[in-house]
Amino acid sequence: MRKLLTGVAFWVACAPVALAAEVTDFTLENGLQVVVIEDHRAPVAVQMLWYRIGAADEPPGHSGIAHFFEHLMFKATDDLAPGEFSATVKAQGGNDNAFTSWDYTAYYERVAADRLDLMMQLEAERMRDLQLTDEAVATERNVILEERNQRVDSDPGSLFSEQARAAQFLNHPYGIPVIGWRHEIEALDRADAEAFYRTYYAPNNAILIVAGDVEPEAVRAMAEKHYGPLEPTVDLPPRARPSEPPQLAERRLSMSDPRVSEPYMMRTYLAPNRESGNQKEAAALLYLAELLGGSGTTSLFARGLQFDDPKAVYSYAFYDGTALDSGTFGLGLMPLPGVKPEEAEAAMDKIIADFLAAGPDPVAFERIKTQLRAAEIYARDDVEGLARRYGEALATGLTLKDIEDWPAVLQSVTPDDVIEAARKVLDRRNAVTGWLLTEEGAQ
Amino acid sequence: MIKRFVTLFFLLASPALAEIKPVEVISPGGIKAWLVEEHSIPFTALEIRFRGGTALDAPDKRGAVNLMTALIEEGAADMNAQKFAETRDGLAAELRFGASVDTVSVSARMLTENRSQAAELLRLALTQPRFDADAVERVRGQVLSNLRAAEKDPGEIAGQSFNALAFGDHPYGTSGDGTVASVTSLTRDDIVAAHRMALARDRIYVAAVGDITAEDLGALLDHVLGGLPETGAPLPGPATVGLSAGVTVVDFPTPQAVVMFGQAGIDRNDPDYFAAYVLNEVLGGEGFGSRLMTELREKRGLTYGAYTWLADYDQADLLAGQFATDNRTAAEAVDILKAEWARMVQGVTEAELNKTKTFLTGAYPLRFDGNAPIANLLVGMQMVGLPLDYIATRNAKVEAVTLDDVKRVAARLIQPDQLRIVVVGQPEGLAP
Repeated sequence: MRKLLTGVAFWVACAPVALAAEVTDFTLENGLQVVVIEDHRAPVAVQMLWYRIGAADEPPGHSGIAHFFEHLMFKATDDLAPGEFSATVKAQGGNDNAFTSWDYTAYYERVAADRLDLMMQLEAERMRDLQLTDEAVATERNVILEERNQRVDSDPGSLFSEQARAAQFLNHPYGIPVIGWRHEIEALDRADAEAFYRTYYAPNNAILIVAGDVEPEAVRAMAEKHYGPLEPTVDLPPRARPSEPPQLAERRLSMSDPRVSEPYMMRTYLAPNRESGNQKEAAALLYLAELLGGSGTTSLFARGLQFDDPKAVYSYAFYDGTALDSGTFGLGLMPLPGVKPEEAEAAMDKIIADFLAAGPDPVAFERIKTQLRAAEIYARDDVEGLARRYGEALATGLTLKDIEDWPAVLQSVTPDDVIEAARKVLDRRNAVTGWLLTEEGAQ
Repeated sequence: MIKRFVTLFFLLASPALAEIKPVEVISPGGIKAWLVEEHSIPFTALEIRFRGGTALDAPDKRGAVNLMTALIEEGAADMNAQKFAETRDGLAAELRFGASVDTVSVSARMLTENRSQAAELLRLALTQPRFDADAVERVRGQVLSNLRAAEKDPGEIAGQSFNALAFGDHPYGTSGDGTVASVTSLTRDDIVAAHRMALARDRIYVAAVGDITAEDLGALLDHVLGGLPETGAPLPGPATVGLSAGVTVVDFPTPQAVVMFGQAGIDRNDPDYFAAYVLNEVLGGEGFGSRLMTELREKRGLTYGAYTWLADYDQADLLAGQFATDNRTAAEAVDILKAEWARMVQGVTEAELNKTKTFLTGAYPLRFDGNAPIANLLVGMQMVGLPLDYIATRNAKVEAVTLDDVKRVAARLIQPDQLRIVVVGQPEGLAP
């Protein structure tokens, strides 16, 4: 084994850090930012249009409108019949879809590279020319209620996450579910949708990512032809969301549901996000999540709770820092049958306390550093994944430089950075701890 | 502008095909593999399949192959689970093991820098797994936890109820993960026996894509797989699909009913397979625009999504599908499903045929967009017996499907009097 580890250390020292694909960027006169990521291995192109508008930008009382709108974007425009958008993409052998988060709404099409021009024509068409009807809005509202039924209301774990997130944010709209609260979805109407659309669906509020077998100059010409003539929104409101006050009180929740087979715990802490020009703390938190609960075998939680003194079926930690206003650091476990919830949670907290006292194990730290570097090599195999990485970062306030610096920032993190970030974030006054219980367990 | 879109369809109707030309590599030791060399990124994606999977389990040992597969990465040779994971992660190698009804699969990504060390680790995992007592108990606990969760998951309940109706006593009729009782009673000997049954050289399929030469791949395969036994356990015999028309309601308290449905399907090597493939696409295929998606979602807002698929198991074929809808609208949605099934007996329209062919032929090259996805496709092709030049000929097979072909296969395949519909929930107007 010694020999293997030496080999790895050598490799880490010699491998180049930057392994990024060819990336080109430019901005159209109307404010549309364009990023081209080249990968010529397969004759495929992905177009992603990211709008800097998400659930956290919704007017109070109208939760779900950003996601609802994502659905409505597949309806009629002045030149396209209802459903014609997707039918056209499909007729080219392509696929299309969209997704909404708190900070962005994104649309994408994946097609043979020689179909890119048509995809731009379509996507540009619906940026400004959507034509909504009351009937289309009413039918789609039912679809979204069924989506909520399927994804949230049928799953006690999802319902519980929704409650926990609402408790995490005292003031910031990150506490509102992206899909919306059911009673507010039921009240959304065409007027809500149209006001939202006119303001936020504009070239100066969007980022176009084109990835795959494409040439930057050709993309520029197509983008100018299709997106260039679109009018920007002149008084685009700033993305100023209500911010969090100091969080002074630990929050604890419990919920039980007959559909829960075994209890589990999840805890999230309010954490810093990746900030433009200052991503070091976020990078350190990524290491922290990996060290505490990244691997189901070798992380501190796995060793302590699943191997040395088994108390948990599984355990984990994660860090989500790609967000405009605030990140979250999370951890959780499911106790082994017969282990009391409070006993399992105390064991996890003891591991955290010991870690804060002792700091990272240098061998584990180096292993994670190696894996993060290798992840950059594997990431190059998935150009759509790269496109998402760029879109998500740009839509959450980061710059191209931040994205390109990120692998090097990750490699520059030291064990001291990790312990410093951990001491700051792992404070239960910032945290929501939730237990989802079986019906019997709650009695 | 509508007119302009239509013109463009026409002009761009035949897409550039990806030039993916796998070569067959036969290792010095006689192991066959398909390879695509792609040297621009310094890693190799390797996919290995062992035919058999969880269907190899004896009736009283259900879950043995699944538990065995989950334990492959939990220690090998002189490494316990901790040491094995540390070594793998230190090499930044990815080694994933999975069991499905018909296969045990290995998905590996190995950096060129340390490929021989990563391959050695894979060899030890496959040929010298330890199945340590503490690892068995730990992973068994995880499997049992999943099984208990599945008992309360309407989607899982629907799938298992449907499979029981379709396949009865055949291994396909019960979950390959086993039951709480069967997994609880598995011994280490059962796991060792499952390993001996499932991982053998008479059932291996391999594809590699990436930064590796044919010569290096051959040597790697002999090293990694050469130590496995020559033969494994016999495969289970064919399963008979015993479905009859009707609705089976499984009472379960949930706001939204899960509806799973199906009937007997068609063999992958049937001369009419491509016509059936087109038919399925029209009925409930990918994305928007299928008949079920249009009727249930787009026109009426009854569901978030409705899909059908041709399930090509090794020992049976199904045409199956699924959607979820509010308990209050389940009866209406089931009626629409039945009506669409009956309508499909007539085949498809010319417009539907053309639209579907354009989509399928255009979408095909888009699948080949990365080393890992290509390796996955190539190993799958081998398992269903497709030739090395299949990629270049596949779109022509789709293009050749005629309206009469679909009509013929529809009359033969679509059997409204065999359509079994399982509804899990508390649907109004549907009797249990």
